[in-house]
Amino acid sequence: MFGYALRRLLSTIPVLWIAVTVCFFILRLAPGGPFDGERPLPPEVKANLAAHYNLDKPLVEQYLIYVGDVMKGDLGPSFANQDFTVTQQIMSGFPYTLTIGGAAFVLATIVGVLIGCLGALYQNRSADYWLGGGLLIGLVMPSFLIAPILQLVFGNTLGWLPVGGWGDGSIRFLILPIIVLTLPHAARISRLMRGSMIEVMSQNFIRTAKAKGIGPRLTVMRHALKPALMPVVSYLGPAASYLLTGSLVVESIFGLPGVGRYFVGAALNRDYGMVLGTVIFYMVLIVVLNLLVDIAYAWLDPKVRMR
Amino acid sequence: MTHFSKKFIVSAFVGTLLSVSAHAATLNIHNGGDPTSLDPQKISGDWENRIDGDIFEGLVTEDPKDNPIPGQAASWTISPDQKVYTFKLRDGIKWSDGQPVTAQDFVFAFQRLMDPKTAAQYAYLQYTILNAEKINKGEIKDLTQLGVKAIDDKTLEITLENPTPYFLNALMHYTAYPLPKHVVEAKGDEWVKIGNIVTNGPYKPVEWVPGSHVTNVKNDQYYDAKDIKIDKVNFYTLEDQAAALKRYRAGEFDILTSFPADQYDWIQKNLPGQAHVVPFLGTYYYVLNATKPPFNDKRVRQALSMAVNREVIGPKILGTGELPMYSWVPPGTANYGEPAYVSWKDEPYKQKVEEAKKLLKDAGFGPDHPLKAQLRYNTNDNHKRIAVAIAAMWKPLGVDIELYNTETKVHYDEMQRGQVEIGRAGWLADYNDPINFLNLLSTGVEMNYGRWSNPDYDTLIKRGNEQTDLKKRAEIYKKAEQLALDDSAAIPIYYYVSQNIVAPKVQGFVDNIQDIHRTRWLSIKE
Repeated sequence: MFGYALRRLLSTIPVLWIAVTVCFFILRLAPGGPFDGERPLPPEVKANLAAHYNLDKPLVEQYLIYVGDVMKGDLGPSFANQDFTVTQQIMSGFPYTLTIGGAAFVLATIVGVLIGCLGALYQNRSADYWLGGGLLIGLVMPSFLIAPILQLVFGNTLGWLPVGGWGDGSIRFLILPIIVLTLPHAARISRLMRGSMIEVMSQNFIRTAKAKGIGPRLTVMRHALKPALMPVVSYLGPAASYLLTGSLVVESIFGLPGVGRYFVGAALNRDYGMVLGTVIFYMVLIVVLNLLVDIAYAWLDPKVRMR
Repeated sequence: MTHFSKKFIVSAFVGTLLSVSAHAATLNIHNGGDPTSLDPQKISGDWENRIDGDIFEGLVTEDPKDNPIPGQAASWTISPDQKVYTFKLRDGIKWSDGQPVTAQDFVFAFQRLMDPKTAAQYAYLQYTILNAEKINKGEIKDLTQLGVKAIDDKTLEITLENPTPYFLNALMHYTAYPLPKHVVEAKGDEWVKIGNIVTNGPYKPVEWVPGSHVTNVKNDQYYDAKDIKIDKVNFYTLEDQAAALKRYRAGEFDILTSFPADQYDWIQKNLPGQAHVVPFLGTYYYVLNATKPPFNDKRVRQALSMAVNREVIGPKILGTGELPMYSWVPPGTANYGEPAYVSWKDEPYKQKVEEAKKLLKDAGFGPDHPLKAQLRYNTNDNHKRIAVAIAAMWKPLGVDIELYNTETKVHYDEMQRGQVEIGRAGWLADYNDPINFLNLLSTGVEMNYGRWSNPDYDTLIKRGNEQTDLKKRAEIYKKAEQLALDDSAAIPIYYYVSQNIVAPKVQGFVDNIQDIHRTRWLSIKE
């Protein structure tokens, strides 16, 4: 298993290198530079800045310098936030994203699986309609709509929860963003789980279990749950990638210092170092998460063999 | 009562007393974007100025109305030719680590600002200092040639290239803040990190969480620390204005520095007296590429300018009451008086449109031969609304406009390279003086996107720059302004307004034309 994981991680290095190279050159080809803005800078000031950040060197030389630095673990400087390196910024934002995204991931999985199971077991009965239907709101309503509504109700009207910010990191500040992040994923997971469970429950081995006189709860727990979880696990990889790379909308609306804002902000600011840094960071994260999903797959289904 | 419960009650009582006596006044400010840096020589935005203006102080500083008052300098004298300023520093001024602030700290800071290696974006703002531009351009390598000298620890002498009436105003700018030489030399680039940074302003930074907030606390070493009422200030990063307004309503913010324009009516009704929407030293305008036909024809430029119904833009299209602009320099600008206006300012709009039609017809355009042009603007809902409305205003003249929207970086890159027919631009003053606006139309400057060029205008600006008598200077500048307006050098649209919302408990917030409100002058009434 360890050898497999290591091979998978090493095999991503060429992919990572290609992605960074393509990104590097595409970024430089984009019109507008990091120091263009409402206030044009005198040429000499622009030249001073270019020299400071090696932007005055030939593009290939800049690329070689960057790759060399990355190999040494240095993701370089950021133009938009000069007091922190790219690595420092990502590492400063990631704990916040991890806390909220991680909590939303766990919550979405538990709630989604639970409601999906209930929906399958009580198919077309009121519990199925109310729980599944209720959760669907999270799927059809985008987070930029749900978040302000929750802020208005629980923050401004009832005054139960803070409207935004990280505060002291206490749970009160985290509840609303976690709910907003959880809802769409819990809804998707519940739909997947419900469909999958209905299918599994009609299989012969379940009928056999029932014929043996095993109770419905035990049948589900012991025989149906594992195979029914397979499509959910497939979904968990992308869901975790999404949640752990931060949501620009949620972080922006709640004023959270996570890494989601780098996604768009860095590209708009032509913050070359930050764009490339986030590409590398996200790719590594996604590779690791996909690997974990594969391992979970193997655990759930012995037919899946890792070579 | 058991021993434990007695002890508990006593400690709870003492704790309560302590918590009351230690109650600190905290101000929570919605500050928009994340600061680029805390280093005053690396910043360029108003959101950064709010933070750095609280933690550093120059020779001259701002009063609550943004007028220049003595800061680190107790007094100054100006030589008869108005080129040499001699500043006497206050007695006993200290950095937040207790070290004295000396004239050498100022010399060090100005030299560092102009050193090309520092790559300070705003270095050009202090080009009025002798040899500053040449040093920043690398033409003079010896930093000591800069016109800033320490006569002794308490005396600083600054020599200018030319007499500059707004120099004291420019000294309030963050490019003129001193730096703690002893810390910068010891820590290098790390000097600015929390834990290392040492400041000389009323506050000192103690926490910075990128994407969340910067926290400043009162600097006990500051000479006026005893009069400072607010102990702690949190500057929150939050670019979503709607979310910021919700947090303000929930009491999480005490001051909002911007708000969604479409909420202005609601704010006025529901938060009476809390919105501070007042004229701001900034202009919103369209440039016309005067090097390309048909915009090299004055009649075309004037027709397009006359047909803009400025009266509806502020109240109706934006909803925040921005004032219609018929001059080039905003009213209220220091060292100037009343600006010059376009000759057709007070004509009824209908008449303006008729005259515009005639001008365009004379230039060979009309419904049969429409003027086709591209109007460029950078991504922003307000820019879009204005562009759509102005294109509609031009339609009756037979002007066919293609709207072209790009992100800010691309927009300004293309504007600077002259790839524009009609383009949206804006200018917020760096310092309170007419030259800051008039320069936008001088030949060869980077921000003259329309490339409008008039030798007479340039001569007048040069003459004004050399004039030491403020009244005569203003007269010369006004002639230049009138010349530009008569030639429709660009299309002025509206004067910006500052948009703050201030909680009733915040005292001492005085509206001013540069929208500068240092925390030092504020207090909180619980």
